[in-house]
Amino acid sequence: MQRLIRYSPLLILAVLWEAVARSGLVARSALPPLSDVIVAWFQLAGTSDFWINAADSLYRTFAGLILAIVIGALIGIAMASSKPIRTLLNPIVEVFYPLPKSALIPVTALWLGLGDASKILLIFLGCMLPVTLGAYNGARGAEQSLMWSARSLGASRLRMLVDVVAPSALPETLNGIRTALATSFVLLVSSEMIAARSGLGFMIGFLGDGGNFDAMFAVVFTVAFMGFIADRLYQAAMQRVLRWR
Amino acid sequence: MQAPAAAQIVVDQITHMYRPAHGQPVLAIDDVSLEVRPREFLALLGPSGCGKSTLLYLMGGFLPVETGRILIDGKPVTGPGPDRGVVFQHFALFPWKTVRGNVLYGLERAGVPKEERLKRAQAYIDMVGLQGFENSYPSQLSGGMRQRTAIARTLAIDPNILLMDEPFGALDAQTRSLMQSELLAIWRRSPKTVIFVTHDVQEAVYLAERIAVMSARPGRIKSIIETNFDRSDPNLFKQPAFIEKVDEIWNLVRNEAMLAQRLAAG
Ligand SMILES: Nc1ncnc2c1ncn2[C@@H]1O[C@H](COP(=O)(O)OP(=O)(O)OP(=O)(O)O)[C@@H](O)[C@H]1O
Ligand SMILES: [Mg+2]
Repeated sequence: MQRLIRYSPLLILAVLWEAVARSGLVARSALPPLSDVIVAWFQLAGTSDFWINAADSLYRTFAGLILAIVIGALIGIAMASSKPIRTLLNPIVEVFYPLPKSALIPVTALWLGLGDASKILLIFLGCMLPVTLGAYNGARGAEQSLMWSARSLGASRLRMLVDVVAPSALPETLNGIRTALATSFVLLVSSEMIAARSGLGFMIGFLGDGGNFDAMFAVVFTVAFMGFIADRLYQAAMQRVLRWR
Repeated sequence: MQAPAAAQIVVDQITHMYRPAHGQPVLAIDDVSLEVRPREFLALLGPSGCGKSTLLYLMGGFLPVETGRILIDGKPVTGPGPDRGVVFQHFALFPWKTVRGNVLYGLERAGVPKEERLKRAQAYIDMVGLQGFENSYPSQLSGGMRQRTAIARTLAIDPNILLMDEPFGALDAQTRSLMQSELLAIWRRSPKTVIFVTHDVQEAVYLAERIAVMSARPGRIKSIIETNFDRSDPNLFKQPAFIEKVDEIWNLVRNEAMLAQRLAAG
């Protein structure tokens, strides 16, 4: 019930949308009525084409994200715990962090073509640095006294890294991953629109070019909803993992 | 007469300088020498900032020994190890582990089998009076409860040497007195060398066999006082000899504390 009230502004927005679209004040091609978009969504959902494209998109996002999270976190912790690695990688991270990741779309397409591999590489590259920085900052912030107490309780240096530095780095790493999650959807859709032959982003571009705006909006909604759900699930999981705080 | 046992801990002309990344270097302790016999209970007293924790960290192997040497059982300290159990002044509990998880940690590292480990952890949790809080995280505990968790965690690994940095500082008088008896009982039961930092003179006189009083910064050992009272005497705290001893040491410590204040004021 609480939740229903919290999301009621969305309902108002939906009603406004329908009213404006039906009033004829804006062109139908610019803003099809919401009800038509919903009808279009159910039509799309009845085709296997839609689900194959959705699966392609999901696969690319998750493959890229998993790589970004695992490799990004490892690099971050390695940078925090080893001076030579830090000296080597710090300038690289600093230069690449502010780079607009979408600029890599043509680059990865040039390297790996229009299929899954180029999207996965793009999402991996584009999402890794927030994770790396989160893990790095978190690991650097690991309290010395906790490392000391682990060592005096019998932990080896390596063990201490796993038992103290990694969990100390966790909260900030998880924040970095949340940023990565949002970035991954942006990169996914834009790269599929520009350089792909499948995926939801590709469908948006394809339907739009064909003048099928009801369906185009339906796919836009699908992507937005996926992003929203992913973020929600992620936040719930994060709260569970960090329940000790 | 028996020949004196070889010292278990030898602190030999130790000087320690902190060199913070930003700011002035601090000479924390200056030319400290100290010998502690096996099974001895030594209290370390001194004004705030005189280097008590620093000395403990050096013995624990956390800080590098730069000037002088520290020997444990004849071997120079090269790093931390479970032979020296440490109760840290600020507890240093793992915030992502429950009370039970914290107490289990050292036993896991020692490879104690699971059943045995759970039993031992529970025994120490009970000993410090935290039954019912096994699954609480440190963030859900009071300061005194955290401190007791830290004590249980260290005692559970049954170290030869106990380095305790104001281990009862956060406890109320009642709990403190209970914990003192527990510590003494453990010390009697299983041979341990204890170095016990405290600000409480009465506690030091009650628990320790010897008390080292440190001077204000830079810390030096100002005097070492033998104090062996009959701890089983329920009226010990009212005995004139005891009161006199507390008084004598109080004066020593107070002078140093006043000196420390004056130093701080410039
Ligand atoms: N990491 C550090 N960097 C720089 N100076 C430090 C550091 N730790 C301690 N010091 C300085 O060294 C001196 C001794 O500190 P230490 O913590 O050993 O004192 P202490 O006797 O344990 O004091 P307290 O009774 O308040 O715990 C202090 O003057 C302190 O300012
Ligand atoms: Mg201290």
